[in-house]
Amino acid sequence: MKVEQISIFIENKSGRLAEITRILGEAGINIRALSLADTSDFGILRLIVNNGAKATSVLKENGFTVNNTEVVAVEVPDRPGGLSAILQTLDREAINVEYMYAFVERCAGNAVIIFRFDETDKAIDVLKKQNFNMLEGNRLYNM
Amino acid sequence: MFFNEEFETLPRPALEALQLKRLQSTLERVYNNVPFYKATFDAAGIKPAIVSSLEDLQKLPFTTKQDMRDSYPYGLFAAPMDEIVRIHASSGTTGKPTVVGYTQKDISIWSELMARSFVAAGAHKGDIIHNAYGYGLFTGGLGAHYGAELLGASVIPISGGNTKRQIMIMQDFGSTVLTCTPSYSLFMAEEAQAEGIDFKNLKLRVGIFGAEPWSESMRAEIERKLNLSAIDIYGLSEIMGPGVAIECIEAKRGLHIWEDHFIPEIINPETGERLPEGERGELVITTITKQGIPLIRYRTRDITSLTYEPCICGRSHARITRMSGRSDDMLIIRGVNVFPSQIEAILVGIEGIEPHYMLIVDRVGTLDTLTVQVEVSEQLFSDEIKVLQALSRRVEKEIKDMLGVTCTAKLVEPKTIQRSEGKAKRVIDNRNL
Repeated sequence: MKVEQISIFIENKSGRLAEITRILGEAGINIRALSLADTSDFGILRLIVNNGAKATSVLKENGFTVNNTEVVAVEVPDRPGGLSAILQTLDREAINVEYMYAFVERCAGNAVIIFRFDETDKAIDVLKKQNFNMLEGNRLYNM
Repeated sequence: MFFNEEFETLPRPALEALQLKRLQSTLERVYNNVPFYKATFDAAGIKPAIVSSLEDLQKLPFTTKQDMRDSYPYGLFAAPMDEIVRIHASSGTTGKPTVVGYTQKDISIWSELMARSFVAAGAHKGDIIHNAYGYGLFTGGLGAHYGAELLGASVIPISGGNTKRQIMIMQDFGSTVLTCTPSYSLFMAEEAQAEGIDFKNLKLRVGIFGAEPWSESMRAEIERKLNLSAIDIYGLSEIMGPGVAIECIEAKRGLHIWEDHFIPEIINPETGERLPEGERGELVITTITKQGIPLIRYRTRDITSLTYEPCICGRSHARITRMSGRSDDMLIIRGVNVFPSQIEAILVGIEGIEPHYMLIVDRVGTLDTLTVQVEVSEQLFSDEIKVLQALSRRVEKEIKDMLGVTCTAKLVEPKTIQRSEGKAKRVIDNRNL
């Protein structure tokens, strides 16, 4: 149920994002989803790609600080209140969302949201019990 | 273990008698041979003969780096040029370098003091000494080289730079002793790690590090990463070069200064007054056996303190404490005195921070600002902003708590802070004062 996400530390200076995307592009890696969190001094680029291991190694070779995190991809019904239902469920169980962002592709007409939880395993259990659909990594990487 | 047991353990009364005799003859020599000293002594109304005890040394004027620059290049030489067999010069960060000359006897004393220093550090005949100090005008390379040869060790005169090759040679040649700057040793460790080489599989046993101030916490870091015993060595080209003072491996507490050749004093850098034993101030050294360029009360600008307490190693020579900075690279930020080495000690104490940092001082309006750049290692990196922000705040808070100065910590990408293969540059001061 878990999806591998790679995170990259970037300083706020021009050309860093272009550099990362160039490295990934030349290595034949396709970006499936991304989110950029930024502060005035630095940012964290979070990516889901079709080949996480290769992306990690080419970025490290190029001197970037990279780490891998497990996140959860949840299918969200594409209708008003769809996301709210998921978040309320998590709130009742006191599970915190560290951050979340939307996946580029849809899955069977539903939106896909990537979540990073403080307690990943517990979140997966809770969502399963409530019959929310989560996507396997392999399916997501190649969607 | 000693190299010259008789002189290294000379009882203090005999040592001081020898110092006085050598001081008196040095004063006669400079007064008669160096116009600069005749002029300054005469201006102060002093004749060399007034020095009848070591206490009288205080009556003499100081010699400064500026005096050396004013006498550029050979003005302070006390021996004729046809007796000078070697010339070195220190890196002149501002203006002309300072030039020093050595007679044959100076070279042999320097070699002996460097050999004594090697032995004090735990090296011996049979060691393979990997000498990564720079060879050239800088005294580090040749100074250590001659001492190592006199000791009877095998010297690898590799000099600085080309780090990958250094590591290969250390591995293949079985180097047992490493000599270089402390920051370069850590750079080597980083490179070795990148190459997948573990220092535990190398034969290095002792590292002798100097030419820049470093901290106790950096020692711990070096010892862990390079798997050797790290020894602090002190020297400066004006006085001789490396080997003026060294820690003994038995105590690793303070550096023995070879008092049969140098007389150390600690002064208040503001007033020039001599400070009592144990107090921190500027180190002043008088050379008492040098022929090429003897210096009287030379202000080193290095901040340390002096102790005459007996040492467990048996050497009778006084010890200076680890240099805590230089009176001229001390930063004054909004009135607070800050030495880069103090900030370094704090950073190394924070788990996961690499000892690569840069201090940037600016003036915004009338206010000084200090920015501390710290590299984000893989160990530190988190995919959550709040974790990284907490880390910056921790650096800021610890510096504020320990030093009383407000700073901004800025996380930067790994390996973006300039690495040095010689003396590390730790400060960029953009203030135009």
